[in-house]
Amino acid sequence: MSYNRKMGSRVLKLCTAVAMAVGAMAATAPAMAWEPTKSVEFVVPAGTGGGADQMARFVQGVVTKYNLMKQPLVVVNKGGGAGAEGFLDVKGAKGDPHKIIITLSNLFTTPLATGVPFNWKDLTPVQMMALDQFILWVNAETPYKTAKEYTDAVKAAGAGKMKMGGTGSKQEDQIITVAVEKQSGAKFTYIPYKGGGEVAVQLVGKHVDSTVNNPIEAVEQWRAGKLRALCVFDDVAMPYKTKVTATQSWADVPTCKSQGLNVDYQMLRGIFMAPGVSKDQVEYFVGVLKKVRETPEWKEFMEKGAFNQTALGGDEYVKWVAKEEQRHQSLMAEAGFLAKK
Amino acid sequence: MEEINSLLQGFSVAMTPYNIGLMMVGVILGVLIGVLPGLGGANGVAILLPLTFSMNPTSAIIMLSCIYWGALFGGAITSILFNIPGEPWSVATTFDGYPMAQNGRAGEALTAAFTSSFIGALVAVLMITFTAPLVAKFALKFGPPEYFAVYLLTFCSFVGMSKSAPFKTVAAMMLGFALAAVGLDTVTGQLRLTFGQTELLKGFDFLIAVIGLFGIGEILLTIEEGLAFKGAEAKIKMRVVIDTWKQLPKYWKTSIRSSAIGCWMGITPGGATPASFMGYGVAKSMSPNGKNFGKGEMEGVVAPETAAHAAGTSALLPMLTLGIPGSPTAAVLLGGLLIWGLQPGPLLFQEQKDFVWGLIASMYLGNIAGLIVVLTTVPLFAAILRIPFSIVAPVILVICAIGAYTVHGSMFDVWLMIVFGVIGYIFKKLDYPLAPLVLALVLGDRAEDGFRQSMLMSQGELSIFFSNGLVGTITVFALLMLFWAPMKAGFNKLRGR
Repeated sequence: MSYNRKMGSRVLKLCTAVAMAVGAMAATAPAMAWEPTKSVEFVVPAGTGGGADQMARFVQGVVTKYNLMKQPLVVVNKGGGAGAEGFLDVKGAKGDPHKIIITLSNLFTTPLATGVPFNWKDLTPVQMMALDQFILWVNAETPYKTAKEYTDAVKAAGAGKMKMGGTGSKQEDQIITVAVEKQSGAKFTYIPYKGGGEVAVQLVGKHVDSTVNNPIEAVEQWRAGKLRALCVFDDVAMPYKTKVTATQSWADVPTCKSQGLNVDYQMLRGIFMAPGVSKDQVEYFVGVLKKVRETPEWKEFMEKGAFNQTALGGDEYVKWVAKEEQRHQSLMAEAGFLAKK
Repeated sequence: MEEINSLLQGFSVAMTPYNIGLMMVGVILGVLIGVLPGLGGANGVAILLPLTFSMNPTSAIIMLSCIYWGALFGGAITSILFNIPGEPWSVATTFDGYPMAQNGRAGEALTAAFTSSFIGALVAVLMITFTAPLVAKFALKFGPPEYFAVYLLTFCSFVGMSKSAPFKTVAAMMLGFALAAVGLDTVTGQLRLTFGQTELLKGFDFLIAVIGLFGIGEILLTIEEGLAFKGAEAKIKMRVVIDTWKQLPKYWKTSIRSSAIGCWMGITPGGATPASFMGYGVAKSMSPNGKNFGKGEMEGVVAPETAAHAAGTSALLPMLTLGIPGSPTAAVLLGGLLIWGLQPGPLLFQEQKDFVWGLIASMYLGNIAGLIVVLTTVPLFAAILRIPFSIVAPVILVICAIGAYTVHGSMFDVWLMIVFGVIGYIFKKLDYPLAPLVLALVLGDRAEDGFRQSMLMSQGELSIFFSNGLVGTITVFALLMLFWAPMKAGFNKLRGR
């Protein structure tokens, strides 16, 4: 096994060199009240490649590039049981400041739909990073130009004839689908897939008739002229005016409300910590994340994914989350998605 | 031709001394990652990804993809030496690779595995170079019914061609399906078979099952047989490489078949794991040596390795053009692309020519680098078998336990591994095959998703699996495969009269 040993030592040397370089640069940063004493685990309660995973890995990249932390930040995917694996892991790490978690809507939907013993109040809120938008997409080869034309076509085809593709079951995509059905009277067959990128490609291949993908999941297919954005599920249009396709920018996508489809839904991209951590420890991560949001890379990332850049902190964040929980409770109760007690 | 110009351009990007150095480092790290069970390619790439953020995107992707090639090569090493597949796609390599090692032919088996891997990858890269746009369009034709048909084909070809009694194969496969059903059900969003245990939320991880079933099971078996280690005669000369190469050309038919299967499965995208099983299954039924498969036949190493590498390589194509990762490792690479500001999609080939063709050129170079690295180490690896079993076994046990722990960082998984080890031992004693169980565990939930999504689409009509030429052909082919053995027997009887 001499081969292995030799390589092992080379890897070790490389790691030491990197660690020393990082340490030397970080030493110049101003001192803070509390700092991590070992590597920090960044839990993603979802699989690799999805929206939450992309954001977490992006934050990790920015932190590494600008040496925003003295200790490494390590992304770990714990997506089992629709994210329950990750949430329960952080919930169980009471008082451990070396663990942060990024959330998506499954913070609310997973405990409600599966009955897993978990609630956001079991975690310590840190900071909202952004809100993710949802857009109603159809294949560009179809004739529908507005949300109304499309929902009328769905109604004309008959209940359950047109297919809506989405990520997961009883999660955000299906909640929006049910809300659209309630508002328009159209009736879809909802087909659940495992990931958002897959859903977008299924729409390009015409295996489903429409999707409610996040912008970042479908943007490349949109730019390539394969998909058409009908409307965004927000009260105001998106602010990004740079042309994304040959003719359209994100700002040109009308709101669904303006098209008579009164559905408003955004998804939380926020950071939480384990229960029982101190105020200093929360403040430390608030500080790091603030620096992340000030980098040019972050701004570019926000624009590329057409995020809603609301980034609440402190009490406002807690209030927002509490309100959202209520909303999901009633949305899911209406749709009949709540776990049987 | 435009492709050739672009490719030459790509070579000029990839061929700087710095990039070639990165290739070597990447391949060596990859081989190490592939050798250690549990620390799969995906984890390895994820750990090393931050190191590459300071590089330019082309150099970074060259290094990361070389880690990927290295892991593909490395997965075969432990399969052959210890019957422990380092990666999912190496399971089929154990069928003949391990018996070869036990007969003192470890060097030959390793050489055959590495060389066929290289050939499979080469065929796939050639295909990517010249037909990328066409192939990307073909991948779009795959909806849920087509996916299900592909998985059905894999399962059926396995039952139809298994060397064990068909019913034992089916029984093992059903157990695999049952294990695959544990955890969250994609279609209803409900938890299944978890019995309120939080450890079971995430289901049974394939890697832990494989480490236990194969690794621990094999060690238990060897202990029972009195600690005898059969590989002690392993030759450790470089000549073994040349000698093996002289034998390989006679398996050209198998190589072509497996390359075709691999390319097709990589694009569809079924992935490398089903490709390796299908490559093995098809070779077994078509080859004149089919009867000897499973007893240490070199062709049984060539077939799955060629197919797995062809699939592993061509799976990068849907990732680049559609943004759909064909494997967990590809998913992590995808995350890297986004950080460098590259968005995979239909426009990547037009807007990022340097990057794409640099990557394709590095596929050629990286595989050549990989082949050289792994071939020079064949004697070293084969020599491991000369170490007495009483020393090697505890080392393997420790590595297995660490491997199982690293998958999710959970102690529960280590216990689970031991339970799987006992199951593996019992299976071997009772002469039940392990591979169908593993296959069903890997592909079971995807096949189930495909089936149930199709049923939602058709509102319960099975005819959806014959609703167009593509899915119909695959389904018919699958059914043919299932009944291949009885049909062949019947046919021979008729002819005999």
